[in-house]
Amino acid sequence: MAINVTSSKLTLGPILFHWHPNAWRDFYFRIADESDIDTVHVGEVVCSKRTPFYDKLIPDVIDRLAASGKEVVLSSQALIMSASEQKVARDLTTMEQFFVEANDMTLFPLLAGRQFAVGPFVNVYNEGTLAVLESMGAVRICLPAELPKERLCELASRAKADLEVQVFGRLPLAISARCYAARAHNLSKDGCLYVCGRNSDGLVVRTLNEKSLLAVNGTQTLSYRMVNLLAELPYLQKIGIKRFRISPHTVDMVSVAQVFREAMSGAIAPDTANARLQAICPDTDFSNGYFHGEPGYAFVEAD
Amino acid sequence: MKRPELICPAGTPAALRSTVEAGADAVYLGFRDETNARNFPGLNFSRKELEQGIAFAHDNGAKVLVAINTFPRSGSPGIWHNAVDDAARLGADAVILADIGLLDYAQRRHPNLRLHLSVQAAASNPIAISYYAEQFGIKRVVLPRVLTVPEIAELNSSISSVETEVFVFGGLCVMTEGRCMLSSYVTGRSPNMNGVCSPASHVRYVETARGVASNLGEYTINEFGRNEPAGYPTLCKGRFVTQGNASYLFEEPTSLNTLSILPDLIKAGVSAFKIEGRQRGRAYVAAVVDAFRQGIDAVMAGKPVPDINLVHITEGGRQTTGAYEKKWR
Repeated sequence: MAINVTSSKLTLGPILFHWHPNAWRDFYFRIADESDIDTVHVGEVVCSKRTPFYDKLIPDVIDRLAASGKEVVLSSQALIMSASEQKVARDLTTMEQFFVEANDMTLFPLLAGRQFAVGPFVNVYNEGTLAVLESMGAVRICLPAELPKERLCELASRAKADLEVQVFGRLPLAISARCYAARAHNLSKDGCLYVCGRNSDGLVVRTLNEKSLLAVNGTQTLSYRMVNLLAELPYLQKIGIKRFRISPHTVDMVSVAQVFREAMSGAIAPDTANARLQAICPDTDFSNGYFHGEPGYAFVEAD
Repeated sequence: MKRPELICPAGTPAALRSTVEAGADAVYLGFRDETNARNFPGLNFSRKELEQGIAFAHDNGAKVLVAINTFPRSGSPGIWHNAVDDAARLGADAVILADIGLLDYAQRRHPNLRLHLSVQAAASNPIAISYYAEQFGIKRVVLPRVLTVPEIAELNSSISSVETEVFVFGGLCVMTEGRCMLSSYVTGRSPNMNGVCSPASHVRYVETARGVASNLGEYTINEFGRNEPAGYPTLCKGRFVTQGNASYLFEEPTSLNTLSILPDLIKAGVSAFKIEGRQRGRAYVAAVVDAFRQGIDAVMAGKPVPDINLVHITEGGRQTTGAYEKKWR
């Protein structure tokens, strides 16, 4: 069976970190002007306290991305508690011209009757859930990071929606009401001084014997290692995964996108792609354990 | 004021009996497999034991709630479907579910079965809770441990058709439950898929120059001096280093204890109080159930909460009111 690799789409996930507003805007402008990416996500996923810093820049960013031919998706927050966070969720869904990614169940009733995307913070583990979400209007679903390849294969064989898998970047592992960036600085969430902004790829968490384990991004906890599924792309394409997500970091994301684009199209072999990615991200430890049914941090060499 | 039900853990048939005798209004339990979030060796119920447990509980005026709160595996949802079918057939008073697909299955196959939404579903506001009520007919939601007491009171005033249940004592997840993959990142096994967190199969205590390290998989979660008791390496209760400083970054080893704020939780309109700990021994559970039985009865009678010290059974001898107070965040 011939694989129609040209139909694979490359997605840039939302910026998960608290970047300086100018850096945030310039990042998206460069993505608009220089990258070969199909879909770009914009929106605050982690902490509602950050949004006021950059929300005035959002219209310009969306315009620039759209003008460059990229599809723009608005990503919702992952943990929605307060009345003001509920209002932000409502506001996100009142702009009917925009395609929305629901990262919490709260968005489902608000998006009723429309087509929408489901983000990796919603638990989609099986065909029963898939069917309910599809019946509600989900046409694109980014799956949880911890699913092994057998489960991805099973889901892909049953999905009507386009399934997406994160193939690059630190993995979102947990979300909390408590802010661990603030706690690491002996501050509370209310008086956080926005210390999460000091670590643009997250605050590295090491074990007592100095092994890097996790990265704290405010209320979110990420993997220390970056997932890298370049070698697994052919398998993912074969089983019917339609979209591949790269998650923004401070590395040269335009070049990262280019490597994944060329690997997706078969223009370069996985070995070449991996060597180029390692050159773009020096001193970076990669993982692919979840895909291979191992602990998430593990890196399993290709056969 | 509404009198809240006291919902107590039953890890084994013997625990079910002692818990009911200690004054539980309801017990919750799981089948002996990966369909529930306490899938530990030596715990949980066979079908026959559930049948006998339900008979005993009902004879003593208590309800039985069956937790089927992991996320079914794609391609083989059969054991989760069977668990729901058998809980209904054997007369469980409710099932506690987290997965959308399983809620859909339960509602279609068993329209008269009472559905509770598990804490693992992480429904944290009235919009999400109302969605589950309208879509699947849930009657109660176990609230994720992210909300303050005033937020719970506000929530209860806006979702009158759904009862709320909150945790009042025991082990404390600091990450939003059902949305945490820390355990599988380190061990390959997770609460959502396998019903386990930081599983004992991956724990090693290793001698070091300074004492004993408690390891989970390939990672050291904590270290203890030679004369210190070495605590269990639950990932989010470990000591880690950020910017050169070692600290309990996520949370200290501690237990949730809300006895002191019981009047506030009752005033907030909560329908049920849940005690964590299906993996705990009978003496532990009986002591906690007895304390909270006395506490609820005192508040409902207009009396102060009796001063019952539970610190000897808390983790690490520490207790917290957790997310119920805003300063915890």
